Amino acid sequence: MELTGAEIAIRCLQEEGVEYLFGYPGGAVLHIYDALFQQDKVKHVLVRHEQAAIHAADGYARSSEKVGVALVTSGPGLTNAVTGIATAYMDSIPMVVLSGQVPSYAIGEDAFQEVDAVGITRPCVKHNFLIKHVADIAPTIKKAFYLAKSGRPGPVLIDIPKDISNQKTEFIYPGSVHIRSYNPVGKGDSAQIRHAAQMLLEAKRPMIYAGGGVVLGDASAQLTDLVRLLGAPCTNTLMGLGGFPASDTQFVGMLGMHGTYEANMAMQYCDVLVAVGARFDDRVIGNVAHFAEVPRKIIHIDIDPSSIAKRVKVDLPIVGNVKLVLEELLTVLRGTKQKPDALALTDWWKQIETWRVKGGGLRYANSSEVIKPQYVIETLHEITRGDAFVTSDVGQHQMWAAQYYRFDKPRRWINSGGLGTMGFGLPAAMGVQLINPGATVACVTGEGSIQMNIQELSTCKQFHLPIKVVALNNRYLGMVRQWQQFFHGDRYSESYMDALPDFVKIAEAYGHVGIRVDSPADVKPAMQEAFARKNELVFMDFRTDSTENVFPMVPGGKGLSEVILAEDL
Amino acid sequence: MRHIISVLMENEAGALSRVAGLFSARGYNIESLTVAVTEDETLSRMTIVTSGSDAIIEQITKQLNKLIDVAAVMDLSDGSHLERELMLLKLRAEGCAREELKRMADIFGGRVIDVTATTYVIELTGASSKLDAFIEAIDRDLILETVRTGASGIGRGDRILKL
Repeated sequence: MELTGAEIAIRCLQEEGVEYLFGYPGGAVLHIYDALFQQDKVKHVLVRHEQAAIHAADGYARSSEKVGVALVTSGPGLTNAVTGIATAYMDSIPMVVLSGQVPSYAIGEDAFQEVDAVGITRPCVKHNFLIKHVADIAPTIKKAFYLAKSGRPGPVLIDIPKDISNQKTEFIYPGSVHIRSYNPVGKGDSAQIRHAAQMLLEAKRPMIYAGGGVVLGDASAQLTDLVRLLGAPCTNTLMGLGGFPASDTQFVGMLGMHGTYEANMAMQYCDVLVAVGARFDDRVIGNVAHFAEVPRKIIHIDIDPSSIAKRVKVDLPIVGNVKLVLEELLTVLRGTKQKPDALALTDWWKQIETWRVKGGGLRYANSSEVIKPQYVIETLHEITRGDAFVTSDVGQHQMWAAQYYRFDKPRRWINSGGLGTMGFGLPAAMGVQLINPGATVACVTGEGSIQMNIQELSTCKQFHLPIKVVALNNRYLGMVRQWQQFFHGDRYSESYMDALPDFVKIAEAYGHVGIRVDSPADVKPAMQEAFARKNELVFMDFRTDSTENVFPMVPGGKGLSEVILAEDL
Repeated sequence: MRHIISVLMENEAGALSRVAGLFSARGYNIESLTVAVTEDETLSRMTIVTSGSDAIIEQITKQLNKLIDVAAVMDLSDGSHLERELMLLKLRAEGCAREELKRMADIFGGRVIDVTATTYVIELTGASSKLDAFIEAIDRDLILETVRTGASGIGRGDRILKL
């Protein structure tokens, strides 16, 4: 039987097992919405802004092992989606975005709501397609899902002109897909892996540095085995948190700009460094030249060869699927008689302990007068028993959540690491809650970030999403304020949030529960009450210390050992 | 250092813009870029002349390989290769310059392919450096137009870039 392009698109999503489609209708996608209306397998989630559709699909993907899917209309629908697509691209999130396009015969005529979707998204997608014939829809969607989730994952966009979504053809969904110019790697090179094992066994000061690739590659179990087998310290990047359990004694904390002193010093002074699914970005190792001043051997395991030797010189590259490479490395290590150098490791751990003491860990001065943001996150950890899905926006609250909510499991920490997109947290939490019904989902945010997508409180009401919003409201764009204090002579240019709304009333206006918390003594009771409301969204407005800063801090452009600690100021 | 990179890619709409966009987005140099379909009409062959440190060139080849439409990449500068570029030069050819320009074209193995009472169009093929040398060798004031295709390259002997 012949189907329309729109019907075919929806059938393809059914074939791919898509449960939720996040989107917003418009002229160019009317046929697709019509096809959606006439079936009930794929459930549509109507957001209030296209950026939120993409973030919701993103959160859905990050918290599961699935591909997130979104549908937007042409023109402004697509341009609104771009921030979300770029966010997913920077963090390598598997996603398929369908966008409507003006009719094919009108393309290039500056038609109403026309924009060059393929051109605009080209630098921020893994790949994109413009559909030219109705018969191409099914094979292209098949390819898009394959591209999105294989190799280094990423978003794939398919732009469908309106007339083509209404043309008819026979529906055949391809059983398999082959793209001759795309051959993602699987296993790593065995000789390189044996060499790596030897280097690690001979190391005196080994260090394991694991990033988002471990989470995306579902290699946490293998990473954990490797760290324990080697007896080495392990650090996670912001994207890698939960990839290794934070409560493990071998975990030295997150590294980088706001990483622990011991993690950063161990990165700087180790003799053999294994990078696993991480990319040595500027927020992680700071000044590249400073990092290179201290000699160390670097083993870099990554699925994307272009991530290797991009910013730092690597002694032993291993290109491959992180999980498969780690499994093979473990087999080699278990099969050899040689053991890690226990004596050297004892000295190394003593050194790390010295750094831990000097750095002061993540101690902060709590107060009975004013709510410390760190205390809110610690309480969140306590109340949720460390088992919540935590999404965040971008800024100081994001760093405090990363530091103080000690993630023991992968896919629990959902944040925009690469692009740093404010407005990510709430819509991402929607996707997380939908794919994890019954789970506790908290969105840690600030009064600045939440206002970038606050309209999604409406979507949360419509779809009964009992997200717990934890707003650290310090009346400042805190991270901007912190940089202005440190590097711009206390000139707080446009970083004060004046004329803030009453968030309790906002929550109530959207049909949710709002709680305002002003005193440290009320933090825990408020959170207990909020999390006891299992079926309701609760917006907690914590009035926190407006001048608290995030420590430790490696200033931009500085080396990992050139850190500012809390007591330095 | 100057590198000449060959790329075999799907002959799809937008493939060229993906490569050009990659170079501008990542701040890589493009001295020239040529592209045309191969004997297999589903594939295009591109020659890119670029420059950069070894690390930059390594990144360029990796980033090119990462493009989904790119099937194969070869840095021709890694080994023995041939390079040719076509140049069309329109020159003011009057008086004694007419004879001199004809003689220069002959020396460089070029041909005069259009003649008017006051102008020549000279066609010259060779390595880009030879074309540069020709421009250096003649009186610049006589040049009315310069049209260069950019270099095309191919490996010698067994160095073959094919699917």
